[in-house]
Amino acid sequence: MKTEAITVNIGPQHPSTHGVFRLRVTFDGEVIQDVEAVFGYLHRGSEKLAEERTYTQVITLTDRLDYVASMTNNQAYVLACENLMDIEVPERGQYLRMIAAELQRIASHFVATGFLLQDLGAMATPLMYGFRERERILDMFEMLCGARITNTYMRIGGVFQDAPEEFWGSLRSFLDGMPGFLDEFDSLLRGNEILLARTKDIGVLEASEAINCSVTGPVLRSTGVAWDLRKVDPYELYPRIKFDIPIGTNGDNYDRFVIRLAEIRQSISIIDQCYEQIEAGPVRSTNELLFYPKTGDAYGKVEAPKGELGFYLVSDGGIAPYRCKIRSPSLINLTMIKDLLIGSKLSDMIVTLGSIDINMGEVDR
Amino acid sequence: MSGSFLESNVIFQEIYCVLAGSKYAGESCSAQGLLPVGYDWIGFFIAGFAIMFILANAFMLGAAVFVYSERRLLGKFQLRTGPNRVGPFGLLQPIADILKLLMKEDIVPNGADKPVHTLAPIVMLAPAILVTAVIPFGSGYFLTDLNVGLLYIVAVSGMITIAIFMAGWSCNNRYALFGSMRGVAQLISYELPMVFSMVGILILTGSLSLIDVVNAQDIPFILVQPMAFVIFLIGTSAELNRTPFDIVEAESEIIAGYHTEYSGIKFALFQAAEMGSILVSGAVVATLFLKGWEGPFLPGPIWFLIKVYGFVFLMIWVRATLPRLRVDQVMGFAWKFLLPLSLVNIFVTGASVFILGDMENGVRVLDSVDLLLVGAINLLSLIACLVLAGFFMKTKASGGRSREILVSEFDPAGREVLT
Repeated sequence: MKTEAITVNIGPQHPSTHGVFRLRVTFDGEVIQDVEAVFGYLHRGSEKLAEERTYTQVITLTDRLDYVASMTNNQAYVLACENLMDIEVPERGQYLRMIAAELQRIASHFVATGFLLQDLGAMATPLMYGFRERERILDMFEMLCGARITNTYMRIGGVFQDAPEEFWGSLRSFLDGMPGFLDEFDSLLRGNEILLARTKDIGVLEASEAINCSVTGPVLRSTGVAWDLRKVDPYELYPRIKFDIPIGTNGDNYDRFVIRLAEIRQSISIIDQCYEQIEAGPVRSTNELLFYPKTGDAYGKVEAPKGELGFYLVSDGGIAPYRCKIRSPSLINLTMIKDLLIGSKLSDMIVTLGSIDINMGEVDR
Repeated sequence: MSGSFLESNVIFQEIYCVLAGSKYAGESCSAQGLLPVGYDWIGFFIAGFAIMFILANAFMLGAAVFVYSERRLLGKFQLRTGPNRVGPFGLLQPIADILKLLMKEDIVPNGADKPVHTLAPIVMLAPAILVTAVIPFGSGYFLTDLNVGLLYIVAVSGMITIAIFMAGWSCNNRYALFGSMRGVAQLISYELPMVFSMVGILILTGSLSLIDVVNAQDIPFILVQPMAFVIFLIGTSAELNRTPFDIVEAESEIIAGYHTEYSGIKFALFQAAEMGSILVSGAVVATLFLKGWEGPFLPGPIWFLIKVYGFVFLMIWVRATLPRLRVDQVMGFAWKFLLPLSLVNIFVTGASVFILGDMENGVRVLDSVDLLLVGAINLLSLIACLVLAGFFMKTKASGGRSREILVSEFDPAGREVLT
């Protein structure tokens, strides 16, 4: 029988491409023969805009990169600035940054697992359960800085302001309630036979291939490589904290899903230790808003929820960065999408894409 | 104008009585009807159309109620409120939705096959309404008592497959094509085990008429035929494109499947057909397995509605709970598991009736104790089949649950791979 492969444009408007992302896919029936990723629909020129703003103003631009993880974006940028200007951060400021970043990691992983399950067709029930907890985190961000999504909480040399009293109360109750919620979430999802059948051994990524594509974050760790910048090249006060790196064995969709849940548990333990260790003191070493760093360059990187997020800044001694290069984990994790998708089915393609956890704000910058 | 048809249908009897009088309708009526003598056939048509009008409207109203209850209940399941703005508790939301859809532009895409595109929603809606014709809503409340009722339901609801393929093929959209291809494969696969699961009931009642089926249920057939009930429930949710079998309109994969390109009133017709089909399937399940309209204290139609909405609630609950299966898993489940299971059900039921039933006038008759015994055998064989299937079809998926490893220090192996 004569058959014909058909080409379908999945996106830029599609319920599960996680933003304006487009895939030109050639299908043989339901099986994928060829994939061509097309992106750039959300390009706002963040890197160019950064050259027109002062060092402090650029922080607001970083909020809009990965808009479900603004805190870690702030952190990576201010770390780069501090490296460039040799500015010390007071301990309390560093602890507050770590608490905010780990809370943001939990929120981002809830969004990732929630939408992964929605891609699996589980309506929005697990998503809404995750969002209920994320809502509490966003409330805490509101206490910290007045904003919920685009925080601009961190400043060069510390954080915007000290946390108010009620923040510590709600953080404590959040930390106490979280393990119970995670156990419930785990038992509801990981015991589900359909979920296991849909995610295990689907979209398998080899460790060597992941490293060749310079994939980072949970996607790399799911292949069995224990690479976490908080351990490998510690920043802030992470050397004082005891935590584990969860790694997977197969590098399939299930591992990527499970590792995010395990990382949430680790983040809770990190926040718990920060809560115990934090002491009174200044939160910001300088109240300057305008900086004129020496000519030179610096790189600042953090383990963002999606992988290694890096800012490379070049200074010509002026008020604004001469060049600001953003190494966004979503874009680089997306580069191996073609190898991952060819040969799988349409349904699995959506799930694999969801399990990589891309964010178009960060991919297109 | 068969005699049994006229005598057993209460509403028909009332209307026909007023119109035609005692001469044709029976002794209990007044002597003179409204129509002149010799024109009683007009009364027949008016009475028939009146019942059809009531049924079709009840169908559409039921669909609207279903839409509201589904959205509300899904909201409750998902920790949110659901529609609550239009009218008290958002009760008028479906009406607002319908009005909106009525006023929307009717778009036919470029390159679409226009006649087929227009016909598809009608072909979709018609069989769903037609099924209501044979369903007894209460003692005497039905349109017709067809002696091949079960066969009629199967045949008529099979037409939905054609509508889905028409819709998907005609609108020149590749998502719709995917949806319709999946739909045809899935509906045909699940029709088989679903029909086979009815054979057990056929063996027990010896009749295809739905009223006979209800009357034969001294004990509800859910207790006598648990295996058939399970198969029928799964098959029905697949036929209705509900989760976990909603690959036909998997919104995260193929937007809306076969009705991606439909808008306005055509889309409303598709929705009405789908939502109404769920109610109709609930009615079939209530009739076949839950003793139809019969129940203590309350009048028959009320009991019937309670049973139907129990089924509907189950469907909504499942939708809020389970993720979707993949295409090959859906097909594999039908052919490798449900179909053999339904054949086992036929064999077990037939054998137990042959052994337990007493011969009376050439027919095997079972009393209540025998029926319960048949049910127990059926349940035991269902459990045995599930255990066997779990043993043979053990997938890699059900292996070890927690596989993630915790590494407390930076892994030097990772460094080796890196350098």
